Amino acid sequence: MHLPASTPPPRPSPIKLGIEKVDAWFGTQKVLHGIDMQIAERNVTAIIGPSGCGKSTLIRSLNRMHELSEGARIEGRVTLDGADVYGRNIDPVLLRRRVGMVFQKPNPFPSMSVRDNVLAGLRLTRSLDRRRADEIVETALRGAALWDEVKDRLSGPGLGLSGGQQQRLCIARALAVAPEVLLMDEPCSALDPVATSRIEDLIHTLKATYTIVIVTHNMQQAARVSDYTAFLLAGDLVEFSETNRLFTSPRDQRTEDYITGKFG
Amino acid sequence: MNTPQARARWPERAFFALSLGAVLLPLGILLILLVLVGHSGIGRLSWEFITSYPSRHAARAGILPGLVGSLWLMGLTALIALPLGVGAAIHLEEYGKQSRMSRLIEINIANLAGVPSIVYGLLGLGLFVRTLHMGRSVLAGACTLALLVLPMVVLVSREALRTVPMSLREAAYALGATRWQTIRQVVLPMAYPGILTGAILSLARAIGETAPLVVVGALTYVTFVPDGLDAPFTALPIQIFNWVSRPQRAFAENAAAGIVVLVATMLVLNGTAIYLRSRLQKKRS
Repeated sequence: MHLPASTPPPRPSPIKLGIEKVDAWFGTQKVLHGIDMQIAERNVTAIIGPSGCGKSTLIRSLNRMHELSEGARIEGRVTLDGADVYGRNIDPVLLRRRVGMVFQKPNPFPSMSVRDNVLAGLRLTRSLDRRRADEIVETALRGAALWDEVKDRLSGPGLGLSGGQQQRLCIARALAVAPEVLLMDEPCSALDPVATSRIEDLIHTLKATYTIVIVTHNMQQAARVSDYTAFLLAGDLVEFSETNRLFTSPRDQRTEDYITGKFG
Repeated sequence: MNTPQARARWPERAFFALSLGAVLLPLGILLILLVLVGHSGIGRLSWEFITSYPSRHAARAGILPGLVGSLWLMGLTALIALPLGVGAAIHLEEYGKQSRMSRLIEINIANLAGVPSIVYGLLGLGLFVRTLHMGRSVLAGACTLALLVLPMVVLVSREALRTVPMSLREAAYALGATRWQTIRQVVLPMAYPGILTGAILSLARAIGETAPLVVVGALTYVTFVPDGLDAPFTALPIQIFNWVSRPQRAFAENAAAGIVVLVATMLVLNGTAIYLRSRLQKKRS
């Protein structure tokens, strides 16, 4: 049912996430100014920009992680399949099972084995019988392209894996919950080039099933993996378009300066 | 010899020697104490000494009521202080917002940890013995000791919770865990070793306390062991204090033997906790 990755995505894709006039604060400091963006289903959307431009805050507002920080506040609307995720009857806990997240630094649970790490999200919330659990572990690890490397050490500690493997373990952990959207907050910034390219390959495969939003400070990475790219500067959305167009013929002078390396 | 490298090295060595001395000095003093006490008490140490009741005759006197009383106190104190202390720490660390109120509570807890134990004894006498009509019971004693160690349990548990990286809590939240699930399955398992260390230190302090128990009404001459929460009781340090204050030399030997029993009890308690801690840590790696 999915097109091979080489075929350009059909346009226009349905909108999975809508971001409407989103402002965000830490205490009295305003870090996002009226962001408007639409994120296409089963596509990769990259958010780029210099450090401190608000890209992490933006991605964290999509699964309501932003509000967990002390003094954090947000205004505006974020919709998932048209429904406001900040609506009164929305439980952020349930939302986060539909919108998974992978963090900058691999953070497998140190007290758990590889297998338990994959099952963590499900175990936290309900009990599983063993056969079903085995299936989920294998599917999730295969989904994260890690199965062949760890299938003989499932009961070993998650921290015993290499950095790149740990990050793919974290991706498997997020996939096991069966989300619809996968948010990735600079998932490769702590990894070496080989591990990075494996994750980028993985992103190509995953977008057949999941809507992916990736924050990166690496422009080449955005160009390689994404279909759409947003350029954020000091909390403003400067430009948002198809990745190809943004990198070859940016409309805004600031975007051009940034992608040609004049600052940042 | 007088190269820059050599000059840079001597403060290094001096500091090494200084820290080595800081380790050896207290250890040496402790060793001397144990040898002296052991030497004068060894003659009285026997199974009989441990299983006998006090007596007017030093040679027939035993430590049983004190030992059993202390074990009762420890068990009850742990049962009361640990859930309360860890619970309070979880609330302050995981649920509490940074506010003026929470800072006030924080300062007060730190202060409470420094209040002299006799003051807790007086509080215990007024609150547990009189107002709550517990009488001069082992329960009143344990409640008093629990109050005494509570601030320490809270402080150490908070410290242990703080060492759990924020990124792990975020990982759990991002998987759709509630706050309680995150605490229960991610934060607490990582904090247990630290919390256990705090529990060891607190209980070790409680087992050596004498003053608050005297105020609460522990007896000094008891010929029975507690048979319930409301039973009168004595404790090892009180029994030791009682023997030390007698003029006869034979009782001083009893006191020395009592100290050996007290230290041994403490070692067993601590050993158990350390064993539990290392097992928890092994399970993790």
